Amino acid sequence: MVYDFSALMSQFVVGLSRSMILFVVTAGLSFVLGVLRVPNIAHGSLYMIGAFSAFSITKLVPGAWGFWLALLIAPLVVALVSFVAERALFCHLYQREHLMLLLFTFALSLIIGDLVKLTWGAEYKSIMAPTVFDGSVRIFGSSIPKYSVFLLIIGPLVAVGLWLFTNKTKLGKIARAAAVDREMVGAVGINVSWVFAFAFVLGCLLAGLGGALVAPTISITLGMDHNLIIEAFLIVIIGGLGNMWGAMVGSLIFGLTQSFGVLFWPQFAIVFPYTAVVIVLLLRPKGILKSVW
Amino acid sequence: MLLKGVLKKRSLWLSVILLIILLALPPVIPRYYTYIMTLIFVTALLAMSLNMVVGHGGLFQFHHGVFYGVGAYAFALTLVKAKLPVWFCFAVSPIVAAMFGFLIGWFCVRLTKLYFGMLQISLGTLLWAICFRWYDLTGGDDGIHGIAVPSFLSSTTNAYYFVLLFFVLCLVVMYMIFKSPFGMTLQALRDNPERCSAVGINVKRHQLMGIVIATFFAGVAGALFVILERSVFPELLFWVLSLEIFIMCLLGGWFTFAGPVIGAAITVALRTFVGAFTEYWTLILGCLLIFLIFFLPEGVMGFLEQKFGAKRS
Repeated sequence: MVYDFSALMSQFVVGLSRSMILFVVTAGLSFVLGVLRVPNIAHGSLYMIGAFSAFSITKLVPGAWGFWLALLIAPLVVALVSFVAERALFCHLYQREHLMLLLFTFALSLIIGDLVKLTWGAEYKSIMAPTVFDGSVRIFGSSIPKYSVFLLIIGPLVAVGLWLFTNKTKLGKIARAAAVDREMVGAVGINVSWVFAFAFVLGCLLAGLGGALVAPTISITLGMDHNLIIEAFLIVIIGGLGNMWGAMVGSLIFGLTQSFGVLFWPQFAIVFPYTAVVIVLLLRPKGILKSVW
Repeated sequence: MLLKGVLKKRSLWLSVILLIILLALPPVIPRYYTYIMTLIFVTALLAMSLNMVVGHGGLFQFHHGVFYGVGAYAFALTLVKAKLPVWFCFAVSPIVAAMFGFLIGWFCVRLTKLYFGMLQISLGTLLWAICFRWYDLTGGDDGIHGIAVPSFLSSTTNAYYFVLLFFVLCLVVMYMIFKSPFGMTLQALRDNPERCSAVGINVKRHQLMGIVIATFFAGVAGALFVILERSVFPELLFWVLSLEIFIMCLLGGWFTFAGPVIGAAITVALRTFVGAFTEYWTLILGCLLIFLIFFLPEGVMGFLEQKFGAKRS
């Protein structure tokens, strides 16, 4: 087989843009894991809510504005859902062991999955990206869809925004401190419970944003939560728990191995990223970058 | 000591009576219920095999369903593709599952807790992906349907007795393992691995042995599943099933021996009877679970044991 440069290049960019969506979702998951130590399986379900709400918003507001509005409102819908869940259920369970929390969030994902089915039905849905993203741009002789380029811009923007938040704002610093020692943060007179609620909602907001971003590129179906969440967990683990740049590195590994897998061995493309994860975990069991746990 | 002896005798009598009832059931109840009961036995065996390493061993065995699936596929493939005699296939499929258990466990025991579970999920997902995509061998995402089982297993009643026989056999063996020095060591490892390794127990080797034994029984459950359903499909190896088994252990009670059987019975019954009149049965399962996590973290069986244990002492 002969691969020309432009095929490799376009596959590379497709992988990169897929990685950016994975990054937006996993950065949220990693943040929740780092600050609250909750392995949140319902994160995938929130991502699904994000995609379905984006669909509803584009239905309500047709035209180019619908999509931009969806990018803004869908994450807020998800944030609202997660805020209710946090205050009603999660906040009573933080002291439980991880296994219990894992099963609890799985139960929550079962419930959300059925509620989504009740609300939106079981049919496949799809939305169109606004006409601005029609067509493609040429980079090094290979044509790249404009929406992929847009994703390549959004991903680093989210990364920088999250970095600025956790390192430069007071609330972000408190959240990071709570990740390391929650008793100490409570002892200096900060209401840890609300810090946790805020961190949880912020993490879930990113899941919703990821769902809205992915919506024009795939068909929106039930079960997209289950397909995503294991990938997201593995990315967070190989990157280093709670480390945002780790989530970026993990997403790049996952997205790129998958897209090159499609090029080299389409039938078993799905095998490549998991093999990469196994290799990373065997070489560096605690993840590539430093974990906050 | 005396009380313990009485308790043992009492639960032995209880089991014998229960077994007699189960033996007498098929002629009395409708055929559909016989089928449901058989499904409960298969699922219960699977849940108990998981509980050996999770409840008693304290390992984060997140992807136990893979070994169930491997057992089922091993049985189906040796029977359909290699056309070997059915007894041979039935004997070989748990061994294949245990071999995969050894292979995956050998990598996983190097890590602990969440990392252990995640490595197992990625290795298990590899197997799932191969099953899902290798159309020539496994039938891909369609799976293999209409597997011809020998005529003596073709009626629901005979399948019921066959599955019950192996279910009880496995249960007895598992109980013996549970009460053996090895089983006790496994439970000690769950409670305090540091102290165990300090007194000279090889932690990793015991954990690996526990995984191999548990996956062997998962393989038995997989083969029994094929005998009952006569089909295999890649969903058997998907991680959602693995978490469902986990839930059964939680429902019944982690730290009890027979708890997972109750958990499996509840889950199968929910899916069958609630699923019959609404497609939203997982909603109800989820709510039940959350209720349980909040109010009965020890599970149904653990709750009963606590209650009656307190009365006796």
